[in-house]
Amino acid sequence: MTWTKKILRVNLTAGTCQAEPLNLEWARQYLGQRGLATKYLVEETDPKVLPLAEGNKLIFATGPLTGTSASTGGRYSVVTKGPLTGAIACSNSGGYFGAEMKFAGYDMIIFEGKSEKPVYLLLENDDARLLDAAHLWGRTCWDTEELIKHTHQDPQLRVASIGRAGENGVLFAGIVNDLHRAAGRSGVGAVMGSKNLKAVAIRGTRTDAYAPADPEGFFKAVAAAKAVLAGNGVTGQGLPTYGTQVLMNVINEVGALPTRNHRDIQFEGAHAISGEAMHAPRDTDGKPNLINRNACFACTIGCGRISKMDTSHFSVKDKPTYHGASGGVEYEAAWALGAACGVSDLEALTYANFLCNEDGFDPITLGTTIGAAMELYELGLLKKEEVGLELTWGSAEALVKLSEMTAQGVGFGKIIGLGSRVLCSTYGRPDLSMSVKGQEFPAYDGRGLQGMALEYATSNRGACHVRGYMVSPEVLGIPVKMDPGATEGKAPMLKAFQDLTAVVDSAGICLFTTFAWGGPDIQSMIQPALGGDYSLENLMLLGERVWNLERTFNLAAGLTGKDDTLPPRLLTEPAKTGPMKGRVAELGKMLPEYYQVRGWTPEGVPTPETVARLGL
Amino acid sequence: MQKSLKMDPNKCTGCLQCEMACAFEHHRTFTISRSRIKVFSFEAEGRKVPYTCTQCDEAWCLHACPVEAIVLDPKTGAKKVLEDLCVGCKVCTIACPFGTVNYVAATGKVQKCDLCDGGEPACAGACPTGAITYVDADWTGLDRMRQWAGKTDNNPAAV
Repeated sequence: MTWTKKILRVNLTAGTCQAEPLNLEWARQYLGQRGLATKYLVEETDPKVLPLAEGNKLIFATGPLTGTSASTGGRYSVVTKGPLTGAIACSNSGGYFGAEMKFAGYDMIIFEGKSEKPVYLLLENDDARLLDAAHLWGRTCWDTEELIKHTHQDPQLRVASIGRAGENGVLFAGIVNDLHRAAGRSGVGAVMGSKNLKAVAIRGTRTDAYAPADPEGFFKAVAAAKAVLAGNGVTGQGLPTYGTQVLMNVINEVGALPTRNHRDIQFEGAHAISGEAMHAPRDTDGKPNLINRNACFACTIGCGRISKMDTSHFSVKDKPTYHGASGGVEYEAAWALGAACGVSDLEALTYANFLCNEDGFDPITLGTTIGAAMELYELGLLKKEEVGLELTWGSAEALVKLSEMTAQGVGFGKIIGLGSRVLCSTYGRPDLSMSVKGQEFPAYDGRGLQGMALEYATSNRGACHVRGYMVSPEVLGIPVKMDPGATEGKAPMLKAFQDLTAVVDSAGICLFTTFAWGGPDIQSMIQPALGGDYSLENLMLLGERVWNLERTFNLAAGLTGKDDTLPPRLLTEPAKTGPMKGRVAELGKMLPEYYQVRGWTPEGVPTPETVARLGL
Repeated sequence: MQKSLKMDPNKCTGCLQCEMACAFEHHRTFTISRSRIKVFSFEAEGRKVPYTCTQCDEAWCLHACPVEAIVLDPKTGAKKVLEDLCVGCKVCTIACPFGTVNYVAATGKVQKCDLCDGGEPACAGACPTGAITYVDADWTGLDRMRQWAGKTDNNPAAV
């Protein structure tokens, strides 16, 4: 089976690293990665623990398809209690790091306690050591990775690290691996920083760690599934060519592109920051922003963007560090740094995105928080003297400067680093924070897409697009076309999507495969990988179990059904332009039905029957 | 007809499907450290480059081997390591100008690409973008020739 059946427990307080057997019973019930790590977190931590306190745990987890040739089978999740929300946080990443964990022979690494001094974990197969990271503290993720490889004279080490954002307690700090792949959302990097853990470096060369239960069956299934991805319009053409940025113009035309802190849902500058614009030669130097595409481990889609900036652009003119190629903007980042702030300068967005990768923080929350600051500034609640610069809508200069200040943890960047909920409350307008449970919205407006509104409100980690992705049926017509403005039928569809997403995230593969793959495709690989009984029905039940387990953690942490809501702007301010003009998010029509199909009480608590049915 | 592995770095995305296919073909493991083909990443240029043995005609590794553990497979043109004979002296790794013969500490032998003993090499079969193909050894440059040929301006209708 494709579990290594081993986990590494690192006690940072005691400075010890101890291998232990994986709880195989839990693995069967929760598969791996998101599900399994959640089970360990729930069993081992007090839900009331403060996210940045020593008692919180930080779990790196792979899935059973991580490190196999299943397309996109390279992902790992980081699960912890999130500092941005106080809810469960689960953030996953691609690149090559997750597969390396499996090659070293581990399904999971559990970090507990807190180191007195900065340390990093070096893991080479059976050899796990905590090493002094004093010389790495204060360094960016990019420098850290290079320095660790240099120190150990091993260019083949895979490194996941935090940058200055994680060290400085930016509440939306992420963990960056392979230079521009990140467990980006929910602030998992801040938890890592609070533990004085700077990086995890892994080199795995074990050849006996795991193998599919049925190798021949596995290969046949993988080959067939790869062909499905290659033959699909989205995963075979759209994503390889334009990346997720294929969506910018589409979502804008649908009338669901939140603009200027969600005051509008169409952006006049959308085309200038779109995937198409990344391909076009720049006026300034005649070269395109996009120079290549990039795939994560085992991925046959290759949606990653590699960009090179115009070296004469004001943001990088005197900064040669950024003149090379690096991770370019994807859709969510381009939207948050762009439309949400009214900025249509693609180069400025690219630079801000480089900073997010370099210092490890979430471009979605960054952009949305800067957008909120711009609105506070317009309303006169925030003064130029406080910020140190003019925060007018659409100012690329302000975006660039505030991103730098946030990365470095200086001046007004310190407040931006706490996210929009803290920012807007500080200036007396909590309603202007475009967030759910404290986490900022991604790039789809709930007034334009009603299913997304319900998805945001009910997501266990706060507003999020990758906990169901209702854009699929509402915009792309996958698996069936649903009217984006309608509320009927959205609750059961969302539940199915949320459960399937939990399976995908627990398996070790990427959510983008689900543009082409249905449950049966995924099941066809898990079955021969693990053996045992993984029918589609069992897997969907497993997904539902994961979802409900996260929910029970949140309820125990003090969240209630009242937190399943949206900012007043989405519920009461009708959309001003586009095809969805006049609409608001009709959450009230969908939420009770959602609770019902989930088997929860009208207060949003899983009923005893549901708990029993799922074996929680 | 002899065939060659052809690499087109412009098409490589760095997914490492080739490395996994190689490791599995030869060692029944996905662990890419055992792969005989390697994808190199040049981060600052944003390039990924797959690389493996070019199967030189006058193979330096073969000539350098003191125990004749590297032999020519006349069918495929591959230079193969006979594990039974290899003593792990690593002289071939010094002789190879490209570094594509590698010592494996776990076995005490060297390993290199053997074109999967004919048929379709696993790496080419697994590559999703056509960056690695297995083509007629006499015409490894055919694609590029065709590309340049297409750029000639000898078509009066196009002028």
